[in-house]
Amino acid sequence: MESEHTTGLVAPTARKLSRIRRRKAFLASWRSFRRDRIGMTALVVLVFFVAVALLAPLLADASELSEATAQGRPFSPPSSRYPLGTDEFGRSVLALMIWGSRISLLVGLLATVGAMTIGSTVGIVGGYTGGASDSLLNAVTNWFLVIPWIPLAIVLAASLSPGLVTISLVIAITSWASTARLVRAQVLSVKERMFVERSRALGAEHWHVMTRHILPNVFPIILANTVLMIAVAILSETTLAILGLGDPNSISWGTIIQGAFAQGAITIGAWWYLLPPGIAIAVVVLAFMLVGNSLDEVVNPRLRGR
Amino acid sequence: MGRGVVLRSTLHAVATILFVVLFNFFLFRVVPGDPVTRIARAEGLSLEQRDALAAEYGIDKPVLAQLPGYIASTLTLDFGNSFGSGRPVTQEIGERVGKTALLVGVSTVGSIVIGLLLGVYGAWKRGSAFDTGSMTTSLLLYSVPEGWLSLVLLMVFGSMLGIFPIGGYRSTSTLTGIAYVTDVLNHLVLPALALTLAYVGQYAIIMRSSLLDVMGEEYLDVARAKGVREENVLWRHAVPNAVLPIFTLIFYSFGYIVGGAVVVESIFSWPGLGNLTYKAIASQDFPVLQAAFLLTSSSVIIFNLAADLLYSYLDPRVRR
Repeated sequence: MESEHTTGLVAPTARKLSRIRRRKAFLASWRSFRRDRIGMTALVVLVFFVAVALLAPLLADASELSEATAQGRPFSPPSSRYPLGTDEFGRSVLALMIWGSRISLLVGLLATVGAMTIGSTVGIVGGYTGGASDSLLNAVTNWFLVIPWIPLAIVLAASLSPGLVTISLVIAITSWASTARLVRAQVLSVKERMFVERSRALGAEHWHVMTRHILPNVFPIILANTVLMIAVAILSETTLAILGLGDPNSISWGTIIQGAFAQGAITIGAWWYLLPPGIAIAVVVLAFMLVGNSLDEVVNPRLRGR
Repeated sequence: MGRGVVLRSTLHAVATILFVVLFNFFLFRVVPGDPVTRIARAEGLSLEQRDALAAEYGIDKPVLAQLPGYIASTLTLDFGNSFGSGRPVTQEIGERVGKTALLVGVSTVGSIVIGLLLGVYGAWKRGSAFDTGSMTTSLLLYSVPEGWLSLVLLMVFGSMLGIFPIGGYRSTSTLTGIAYVTDVLNHLVLPALALTLAYVGQYAIIMRSSLLDVMGEEYLDVARAKGVREENVLWRHAVPNAVLPIFTLIFYSFGYIVGGAVVVESIFSWPGLGNLTYKAIASQDFPVLQAAFLLTSSSVIIFNLAADLLYSYLDPRVRR
C-alpha cells in the first residue's frame, strides 16, 4: 500500500493510522500498568531472572557444569567457594541454578508460544466461522480440557523421543485448550461488531477479517493469558522433569530437583541442593502470575476497579 | 431433573471416553519409532522375535484393520501383559487402584474442605490479617511445584526429623487389625498432606472471589433486615449462592489431583496407580502406560459427569 500525494499533504495510509493508534493504546496501557505496584514489583523480579539467564556465561563458567571435571567434593554444604553447596558430582549448585534458568525459561517460553498459537488459531477460526467446524473444534477443545493433563503428557512424552522441543510440544498440546475457550468467547462478541460487518460489506476476505480485525481486537486478552501461561508451562516442565520425562541433555531447574530426588539428596538432608530450584521456580511462577493478573486488569475493562 | 439432561450428559461422557480409546490406539501406532521396534532394538531381539512381539500386541496388521480388535479387547478390559513384570496389566492395576483411591479421596476432601473454609473466612473478613495471610499462602502454594513440595516434606519430616516413614504404605506385612490401620495411616500422612497442600490454594482463591461477588447482593441485606443472625446470613444465604457458580469448577479440578497423585505417589513410593505409571515411564512399559491413562481419564470423566448431574439437580435454574 503506497501513500498517495495529494495537494502537498501526505495522506497517511490505513496501516500507518492503525499503527499510530495501536502505539497510543499501548502507551496508555503501559501508564496504567505502571501504577500497579504489585505488577511492577513482579516485573522487576522477572527482569532480574531474565538478565541472569541471558548473562549466564558471564556469571558462571560453562565448564562448571561438566560432571567429569567438577572440582568440589560431592554433596558438600554451602561454603564461600560454593555458596549453594555441591551436587552428587561435586558441581556448584549455584552454577547449575544460573544455567538452569535458561532452559526453564526457554521451555516455558517455547511451550507458551506453541500453546498460544494452537489456542488462538482454534479459538479464532472456531468462533469466527461458526457452524459445523466450530462444533468440531469446540468438542476437541472440551476433550483436552477434561482429560487430566499429567497422564496425557506422560503418554505423549513417553511416545516421543526426549528433547527440549518434545517437552515444549507436550506442554503446548496439554495446555492450549483454556486459551482456545477464552479466545473463542471473545471472538464471538467481537465478530458481531459493526466494523467487522462493514469490512465484509467492503468485500474483505475471511482471512483479512480474521487477521486484521478479529486478531488485533482479541490480542490484548491473548497477551495477558500468555504471561499467565508461561507460569503454568514452567510448573509443567518441572513436574515432567521430576517424573524423568525432561530433556536428559540439558539442565533446568526441574532436572536439578529430579537430580536431588534420584541421587539421594533427600536421605542425607542435602537441603542446599533441593531448596534453591524449588524456591526459584515458585518466585518466577508467582511473578509471572502477578504480572499476568495486572495485565489482565489493564486490558480487560470488566476487571478494572475491583 | 429431566431425563434429557441425564441422557445427553451420559452420551457425552461415553463419547469422551471413546475418544480416549481412539487416542491411545493412534498414539501407539502412528508415532514414529513404534514401541515394539524400540524394544526389539533395546533388547537385541531377532527379526522373528520382533514379529512375534508385534503379533502379540496385534500391531502386525495394517493400522485400520487393528482397530476392531483393539476396541474389543479394551472393552473387555484386556490390556495385554506388562512389558516390565510380564503379568496381565489388569492384575497390576487391580492391586493398586484401591491405594490411589484412598490417597486421592483423602486429599480431595481435605483440599476442598480446607480451601473453601479459608476462602469463606477470607472473603467474610476481607482485608483482615487472616485474609492477607491465607491469600498469600494460597498464592504461594499454587506457585510451588507439587513434586518439590513433596520432596521438601519428605526431607524435613521423613529424613531429618524422622517423624513419619519415608515411603511405602506399610512397615511390615505381618500387622493386622488396628495396628495395621494406624500403620497405613501413618504412611498416608505425608503424601496426603503434600497433595492437599498442592491443591488447597486454588480452592481458597476461587471460593474467596466467588463469595466477594455475592456479598454485595441485596438479598443479604433483606435477610439481615428480617433479623437473620450474621452467622446465618453467611452460611445459609451467602455461601450456598457463592458455591453454585464454582460447583462444576471445583469438581472438574479433580483431574488435577488425580494427575498430581502420579507425582506424589512416585516420590513417596506409595504403591498406587501413579507409582505404577512412574515405573512404567522408565521401562517404556506402554501397555501399562496406556491402561493407566485410560483408567485415570475415564474416572475423571465419570466424576465430572456425576458433578454435572448433581449440579443440575442442585441448581433450580438448570433443573428442567
